[in-house]
Amino acid sequence: MTAAAPDRPKGLYARLFEPKRLGVMAPGTSVLVYAGLLFWTIVVLFPLYWLLVTSFKLPIDVNEGPRYLPFVDYEPSLHAWDYLLVEVGGDTFRPYVNSVIIAAISTVLAVLAGSMAAYALARITYKPRFSSILSFVVGIIAVIVLTVVAGVPWWLSLIVGLAIFALLARTIARRFNARLGNGDILFWMISQRILPPVIVAVPVYVMFQRIGLLDTHAAMIITYATVNLPIVVWLMHDFFLSIPRDLDESAEMDGATKFQIFFDIVLPLAKPGIAATSLLVLVLAWNEYLLALFLSSVDAQTMPLLVAAQNATRGPQWWSMSVLILLMIIPVVLIALALQRFIAKGLLVGAVKG
Amino acid sequence: MDTSATAPQALGAGRGMSAWLDRHSSKVFILPAVIVILAFSIFPLIVSAYLSLTRFRLAPGGFELRWAGFRNFDRLLFGSEQYHFLGTFGAVGWFGWIVILGGAALIIWWLVRYWIGGRARVVGTIGRLITATVAFGIIVLATVTLSEGGAFGSLMVTLFYVTVGCSIQFAIALGLALLCAKPIRGRSFFRVVFFMPLMVTPVGIAYMFRMLADMSKGPLEPIWSLFGFADVAWANDAWAARMVVVIGDSWQWIAFIFIVMLAALESQPRDQIEAAQLDGAGPWQVFRDVTWPTIVPVAATVMLIRVIEAFKIIDLPNVLTNGGPGIATESMTLHAFFAWRTQDLGGSAAIGYMLLFVAVVICVSFFNLVVQRQKARFT
Repeated sequence: MTAAAPDRPKGLYARLFEPKRLGVMAPGTSVLVYAGLLFWTIVVLFPLYWLLVTSFKLPIDVNEGPRYLPFVDYEPSLHAWDYLLVEVGGDTFRPYVNSVIIAAISTVLAVLAGSMAAYALARITYKPRFSSILSFVVGIIAVIVLTVVAGVPWWLSLIVGLAIFALLARTIARRFNARLGNGDILFWMISQRILPPVIVAVPVYVMFQRIGLLDTHAAMIITYATVNLPIVVWLMHDFFLSIPRDLDESAEMDGATKFQIFFDIVLPLAKPGIAATSLLVLVLAWNEYLLALFLSSVDAQTMPLLVAAQNATRGPQWWSMSVLILLMIIPVVLIALALQRFIAKGLLVGAVKG
Repeated sequence: MDTSATAPQALGAGRGMSAWLDRHSSKVFILPAVIVILAFSIFPLIVSAYLSLTRFRLAPGGFELRWAGFRNFDRLLFGSEQYHFLGTFGAVGWFGWIVILGGAALIIWWLVRYWIGGRARVVGTIGRLITATVAFGIIVLATVTLSEGGAFGSLMVTLFYVTVGCSIQFAIALGLALLCAKPIRGRSFFRVVFFMPLMVTPVGIAYMFRMLADMSKGPLEPIWSLFGFADVAWANDAWAARMVVVIGDSWQWIAFIFIVMLAALESQPRDQIEAAQLDGAGPWQVFRDVTWPTIVPVAATVMLIRVIEAFKIIDLPNVLTNGGPGIATESMTLHAFFAWRTQDLGGSAAIGYMLLFVAVVICVSFFNLVVQRQKARFT
């Protein structure tokens, strides 16, 4: 209780760093805190500022050493913006629209399917037979062997695989009783995120090639939705656990169906979680590069590929790159600003609440 | 409004359909996710496993896959690609032996403590044995490749990015979250600004850092000149190049950890902290005894997410250094990608599988030994 001793002169350290009241910072502390925050603000914003000024530079302004201030150090020019938006406007516009379509639809699908699964795992007890799952895997192996090795058309092998699965599940699998629980399913879904994209890329490439979907929006949407599903399940599962069960139960007493409960009662309550999760998934899909590199070439080309393509035969076109990166950042930052109040509340809320 | 207006109509229109859906709701809820994930995980896993055991060759009219057994793995672990994957082995000095023996002793102590703890079970033992084996392997590999005359392969480079990168990111993000959780003005401003790097595409970040890290034309050139570093080419030094990759990666991911840790800090009860402060606890004591225990479950979860993603790093080393100098910054994903580009599909799949193995062991160990325990302690 140093503050209660006014007759004794306090040391410099105490005057600077010991707060007078709770909830208020001492002058020394607040200087340090704001200095730290300011420093990181610069660390974050300076690279973005550099992108902005570079996008107005002529090649000579980039090549002749650092120039910081437009109008002072160099004469800003709109050549890169003009080139990308007007001269080859179509070539910029197409990947942009592709990116918007693919990211938006895949996010909606991932969040919808993911939160349904997460809700189910938080509320319903599942006990799948271990042997049924094994039969399913055997069915998939049959499909792969038939298509890849034996060269059977994919739809035929799919039917054969399903038949094998049904046969095994109805006969042999019935005899074994080892079962899995909700925790196992949840962990299995989450663990899909560990799967390195390089492992997925080549087989998925072959798969889409076989069914003729390579370089289409559909292929990219399905892939991104699936790749991001585990994240949705993970984050939303914690969120649904934090919503009291009584609500579901009382709605059920009133005669609501399971789907009405989910869409009309639980989902609106989970809005912060949905918003934050959607934003994260949207950003991941919007920025994804490796899978896009494998799965799209011309028709479904996305923006990250276009950015990378600026490092072409003539060497890196820094000004064009800067324009494209800025064009990519603007919409997501606007969305993030709109969802700002949800981000903090929504992410990992279940884990936050313990 | 929307849903309440349309829902009864839909019900009336297809009562049979909706009744059927409701009866099977437990399956309908989960099946879309399960089917899609199954198709996209089991299927590529099996195809990749098959690919990793074959040799791919372009043949007239298409390609052929020749059965190669475990030759792809053999090449990575013991053969011509060993330097590329595991690294070049140096001569282990006395210090290296101390590290190896010390690591072995620590691991054995950890196992023994579990067994004499009285709650040892078969599954737990098997899991811990796998963890222990991999941990010991990594210690030996790290020592051997760091010794005189040794060099990192893509496995150690990936582990370097994961461990060093994630530690730096967690430390800075936690520090920023603590600063932001102080009673400051403009917290929403800082929150939005600090969150922004997550919005930038990794490819874009890589090119951006290539601009920024240019010693003679980049914006930091005056600083480098001041210290006489203007002629230093970081791209030619293995450790400097790796650090530039880590810095670029950190710039992006600190944002994610920060936002989650700030949420955790904001949600902790204020009265506990104030009570501790009234009892005369200093800031460090408050942090250690009050704040840290309440945020550690969140920290464990968010770091698990981060570690999982960190294993997949490719864009940054690819653009910043193209894996160079030599192979010094080549992550495993990049290694696999290069192999794929030279049409060595089998080798690429084999690297992918090794990455999967290491990542699974480390992430599952982390999940079981850290995340689950922290969550269990607080629920």
